[in-house]
Amino acid sequence: MGLGFALGIYLPIAEISVNVFVLFFMGAAVGFLSGMFGVGGGFLITPLLIFYNIPPAVAVATGANQVIASSFSGALTHFKRGTLDVKLGSLLVVGGIAGAGVGIYVFVLLRELGQLDLIVSLLYVVFLSTVGGLMLYESLQAMRRTRAGQLSNLKKPGQHNWVHRLPFKMRFRASKIYVSIIPVLVLGGAIGFLSSIMGVGGGFIMVPAMIYLLKVPTNVVIGTSLYQIVFVTAFTTVMQATTNQSVDIVLAMLLMTGGVIGAQYGARIGQKLRGEQLRALLAMLVLAVGLRLAIELFVTPDDLYSVAVALATRAP
Amino acid sequence: MNTRAAALILIIALFAGRHAHAQQLPGNKETIEIGLSTDTIAITSGFRGTDLTVFGALDNADPLIQRQGRYDIVVVLEGPERDFVVRRKDRFFGIWVNAESVSFQHIPASYSLASTRNLQDIATPKIFGQLSLGVNNIFYEPMPDGFGSSESLKEFTKELPRLKLKQRLYNQRPGDVQFLSSTLFRATLSLPANVPVGKHIARAYLFRNGEFLRESSTSLNIVKAGLEFRIYRAANQYSLLYGLFAVFLAVVTGWMGRLVFRKD
Repeated sequence: MGLGFALGIYLPIAEISVNVFVLFFMGAAVGFLSGMFGVGGGFLITPLLIFYNIPPAVAVATGANQVIASSFSGALTHFKRGTLDVKLGSLLVVGGIAGAGVGIYVFVLLRELGQLDLIVSLLYVVFLSTVGGLMLYESLQAMRRTRAGQLSNLKKPGQHNWVHRLPFKMRFRASKIYVSIIPVLVLGGAIGFLSSIMGVGGGFIMVPAMIYLLKVPTNVVIGTSLYQIVFVTAFTTVMQATTNQSVDIVLAMLLMTGGVIGAQYGARIGQKLRGEQLRALLAMLVLAVGLRLAIELFVTPDDLYSVAVALATRAP
Repeated sequence: MNTRAAALILIIALFAGRHAHAQQLPGNKETIEIGLSTDTIAITSGFRGTDLTVFGALDNADPLIQRQGRYDIVVVLEGPERDFVVRRKDRFFGIWVNAESVSFQHIPASYSLASTRNLQDIATPKIFGQLSLGVNNIFYEPMPDGFGSSESLKEFTKELPRLKLKQRLYNQRPGDVQFLSSTLFRATLSLPANVPVGKHIARAYLFRNGEFLRESSTSLNIVKAGLEFRIYRAANQYSLLYGLFAVFLAVVTGWMGRLVFRKD
C-alpha cells in the first residue's frame, strides 16, 4: 500500500477488484511467450485468469477479445508479405463463424445448467495435456536427432491421404493445393467452436491440422491461420457481448497492453534460442498449466454448495 | 483507500397523522417512524462496504415501559427480489460436478438486520415467523418446478441463508439499534461490498413486552456510479455496440503494437 504497488482496479464485468500490475504482467508474460514461440497465447491467458479468480465465463469471453490484438498485427504482416491465402482463410472463416455460433449456443446452455466452469476446465485439461504432450515428445525427438548429427526436418513428404479423396474440390492458388472444401469447413468449424467455448484463437490446433491434414505449405500456414483467428475471435467477442455480457473491456485492455509490449521482447529472445529447446520449454509450461487445472477438478471444494442468480430462461 | 458511501440520514419527525395511527388499537398509542434524508445512495467502484445509519422516532411511548427497557425495535434493509439457484457438488469418477439444484424465486438479494437485542429475547419464534422477520424466517419460495423432492427442498432451503450469510449479503446485528433518548433511536445496518443495486426497503418493527405493535417502512434506491459502472451499463444495454467497440479496441491495440515493432 505504502509503495503504491497495490494499485487496485475494479473490473466492471468480472465484478471483482484486481491488481493492475498483476494483470499487466500476466499479459506481458503471455505476450512474451507468444512473441517467442509465435503462438496466440489465448490458451494460456484464459486458465491464468481463472487461477486469478476471474469468473470462467468472463475469462473465456475476454480471452477471445485479447486474442484479436495479438493476431491482427501478425495477420497484417503476413498479408503484406504475401504469405496469406485469403481464399483458403475466408473459407475457414465461414466454417469458423458457423462453429462459433454453435459454440455460443452450447456456452449459454452450459451456463444455465451450471456446468460451464467444469466443461471449460475439462476441455483445457484435455487440450493442454494432449498438445503439451505431443509437443514435448516431438521436441525431444528433434533434440535426439540433432545430437545424432542429423538435420531436423519437420516437413512431411507430400503424400496424399484420405482427405484428398473427398468431393467438392477447390483450387487454392496461394497455397498451391487442390482440396475438397469439406475438411476446410469442418476444420474451421471445429476451431470456431473451441474459440467460443475456450476463449482461444485455436492456432495451436489449426497450424498442425493445416500442415498434416490439408498439406498447406508451411510458409502460408501461420498467416492464413492468423487471418481466420482474427475474424472468428472478433465474431466470438461480439456474440459473447450480446448473449452473455461477459466481455470485460477493462480486463482486455490491461492484458492487451501488456501483451503487445511483452511480444516485442519475446520475439527478439526467440530468434536467439534453438527451436527444439524452445518448443520443449513451451510444452512443459503447457503441461504444467493443464496439470494445475486437473488437480483443481479432483480436490474437494471448501463448500459443496453454491448459490447463483437463476438465469431468465426457465423450463416451459 | 476505502471509498465510503456517505449516507447522510436525517430524522423526519412526522407529527402529522399521528393521531390517525394512534386510534387503531386502544391503549397502544405508540408510533414508530424512520426516515432517510435521501432516497438514493450512489456507491462508487472502490466501494468495500459500509455502515448505513438509520434514525427513527418512537412517539407516545409509555415512560414506565421505556425505563424498564421493554420496548424493542428491529430494523431491516431488504434488497431487491431475485431468483436464485442453489447447487450441490457431488463426486463423479473423482471429479467434483454440480449435481442437484433447487431454484428459488422472489428472494431478497440482500438482507441486513439490526435489533435492540437478540431476536429470541425480543419475542417468540412464532411471532417472528408470522412477520417473516429474520434470516431464518424469510419465506424461501421454491420455483414451482425448481426442485426434485421435498427432502432436497428442505436441505437446500437450509443452505440458501447459510450461503447468503457467508457472502455477507445477509447479516444480523443484535444490539445495533440503540436508543439515543426516550424517543430517538439509531439503527446501524451493514451494507456489504457486493450490495445489489436497485430498490431497497427499510422496515422498522416495534415490539412492546414481546408483542408486535406496528411497523413503518421507507424505501432507498442504491445505484452505482463511476466509469466502471457506466461500462457495466453499456455492456448490458448496448451490448452489440459494446462488443463492436471491444473488437475495435483490440484491433487498434494490435495495430499500435505493429508500429512499435517496425521501429526496431
